[in-house]
Amino acid sequence: MEAAASSVKDGGDLRDTELRLGLPGTEAPEKPAAPSTRGSKRALQEDDDMESRANSRPLEADSGEAPAAKAQIVGWPPIRSYRRNSFPPRKVESEAEAEAEAEAAGLYVKVSMDGAPYLRKIDLKVYKGYKELREAMDNMFKCFTQGEVSRKEGCSSGSESAITYEDKDGDLMLVGDVPWEMFISSCRRLRIMKGCEVRGLRTRQYS
Amino acid sequence: MTYFPEEVVEHIFDFLGSHRDRNAVSTVCKAWYHVERFSRRNVFVGNCYAIRPERVMARFPGMKSLSVKGKPHFADYNLVPYDWGGFALPWINAAVRRCPGLEDLRLKRMVVTDDDLDLLARSFPNFRSLVLVSCEGFSTDGLAAIATYCRGLRELDLQENEVEDHGRQWLSCFHESCTSLVSLNFACLKGEVNAGVLERLVARCPNLRSLKLNRAVSVESLNEIVARAPYLVDLGTGSFAVDHHTDAYQRLMNSFSKCKSLSSLSGFWEASPHCLDAVYPVCINLTVLNMSYAPAIQADDLIKLISLCFKLQKLWVLDCIGDKGLAVVASTCKELQELRVFPSDIYGAGATSVTEEGLVAISSGCPKLNSLLYFCYQMTNAALITVAKNCPHFTRFRLCILDPWKPDPVTNQPLDEGFGAIVRSCKNLRRLSLSGLLTDQVFLYIGLYAKCLEMLSIAFAGDSDKGMVYILKGCKNLRKLEIRDCPFGDIALLNDVAKYETMRSLWMSSCDVTLGGCKALAAKMPRLNVEIINESEGSDKLEENISDLHKAEKMYVYRTVAGPRNDAPDFVWTL
Repeated sequence: MEAAASSVKDGGDLRDTELRLGLPGTEAPEKPAAPSTRGSKRALQEDDDMESRANSRPLEADSGEAPAAKAQIVGWPPIRSYRRNSFPPRKVESEAEAEAEAEAAGLYVKVSMDGAPYLRKIDLKVYKGYKELREAMDNMFKCFTQGEVSRKEGCSSGSESAITYEDKDGDLMLVGDVPWEMFISSCRRLRIMKGCEVRGLRTRQYS
Repeated sequence: MTYFPEEVVEHIFDFLGSHRDRNAVSTVCKAWYHVERFSRRNVFVGNCYAIRPERVMARFPGMKSLSVKGKPHFADYNLVPYDWGGFALPWINAAVRRCPGLEDLRLKRMVVTDDDLDLLARSFPNFRSLVLVSCEGFSTDGLAAIATYCRGLRELDLQENEVEDHGRQWLSCFHESCTSLVSLNFACLKGEVNAGVLERLVARCPNLRSLKLNRAVSVESLNEIVARAPYLVDLGTGSFAVDHHTDAYQRLMNSFSKCKSLSSLSGFWEASPHCLDAVYPVCINLTVLNMSYAPAIQADDLIKLISLCFKLQKLWVLDCIGDKGLAVVASTCKELQELRVFPSDIYGAGATSVTEEGLVAISSGCPKLNSLLYFCYQMTNAALITVAKNCPHFTRFRLCILDPWKPDPVTNQPLDEGFGAIVRSCKNLRRLSLSGLLTDQVFLYIGLYAKCLEMLSIAFAGDSDKGMVYILKGCKNLRKLEIRDCPFGDIALLNDVAKYETMRSLWMSSCDVTLGGCKALAAKMPRLNVEIINESEGSDKLEENISDLHKAEKMYVYRTVAGPRNDAPDFVWTL
């Protein structure tokens, strides 16, 4: 039997020629890339989507390189889900990390405008208040409102609009009612409403 | 023997405890078959799809106690999709029709619904024991039905089930006249139970010996319960979280000192170190201790506790006990038979975890050790060889080195020699789980020496088909073989197809077996169900579209006299 463990394996194994830190025969932490070369092929489709879906685990947060790599193998280590769920040991840390990530990543929400061919995304964290938000949204959708004539009967030109948002509960709300902080914590997506629907909203608001 | 009257033969059979012995005598001759089948009271079905329930009930009309297992073992590790199968209803229905005298039911890894539990509760007037292990599909509503209709219930044991909490006060459904409970285990439930109801229930059941509370039960409540049930033998403590400045803490200290019969403790869900002081008075009598759900208890406190447990036979702990703690176990617990060390942090080696040193210490201090489950980050051949020498009595040896393919860190060798020593030395080894870097050599050893082996679990091991062939050829008593992520393919699979009819089941996932190979197996062996579990998108498309060369991602093969099952979901193909 050869001395180095790596040469004990299949001769054609890519790992023999792999560059990595560490003594020959010791295994680098990023092991889960290897399963696909060891013969654990996906059954029908080789696409990455399948692989990442099969390999991703529902409860691990991306907390660091080596631990995340370890956490990628489905069903490993062999611990019953009951036990896993009883105490996620890193919960506090991973929640904090998730929060930190969210902070860094910004709060992106989709913005749609009635009649526009595509949607936009904005980072709510960037704005200090409603005024800035409205200005930004006007800028974003300027190209669609110029010269637009509403096609709906009985409506005036498309210059009347209202910004609404969908909140955590899925309800359609008018932007501006609640304090800014509360707004950005509950806003899931934004919608610029135009024309008749807007008038409907307005009258409801003032009646 | 055939000249003896049947009653005498039946009486002799009464002395046969195990299912296997009874199965064996029933094959001797027709007369014995008939005597045996009418006198069998306890029926065990290891695979619910191996035989139809009606056939079981028809053969054993006197059945009083039934135990059925459903999903394959790797379902515990999320390798089997949720709706694969294993339904309890056909078994309950058949029993309702044919065995109304049913008293005990034990189900493991099966899908049980609230309706099933309701049917069960209403259909068997003599029902006394329900044990559900790793089951799912039911809620507290189903438990309410059991409590309401099973008058005379003696045992309700829920182990590690996924139970939905519908908020129903199921415990209140036990009638005031219910005084028969001997064992109640609801540790796996997430919801709260009414403290007063629980205390009254405990108070009116004088035969209660085993009680396992869930996390939601407070120390105040525990005090009341223990005061009312001083004869408890087995206690799951509930949350066990209490501030030591409170009266509740003082009462706790007194409570345990009254429990002279207590020999088994578990729970400690939210225990902090000072709470353990209350337990010291009973340590001297403990034979079973499960601290594996108490992450706040670190090595020093565990050591203080365990160093009083001279009679301990079974210990489940987290790896924060460390090698130091295991050395204390080794020097204190001379009666130890079973040890399980679980990882407290699966993301990486924590500040303390256990290594090969802890295991070696245990092996030299605990000569009666026969059952091991050990999670660690490293293991050496030298350590395993020493363990094998010290403990030749292992019947169950399950070692999980948390990093796949990890070699011996000292020599960089595979762990073939270490595991080889284990199988050579432990002649009565029935169950083995391997891990670490392993070549085909370890399988050669296992095939050569592990003659009593019944269950083998392999992951990330081996070099070629030879490995699997060694196992199939050598292990004469093999019943369950489960393999994941190993380079075993069609050649190994088809090497000895008749072998699989001598086994309960074979599981292979992420290996090299192809659809064609599985089809060939199915074609040659009509009394095997060869199931392919296909989880990719579009899995309801016709098989014909997929080439035989494609790898079968998950394959489950089991012997059966029931034919292909009729409840398989779309993504399970029975070839």
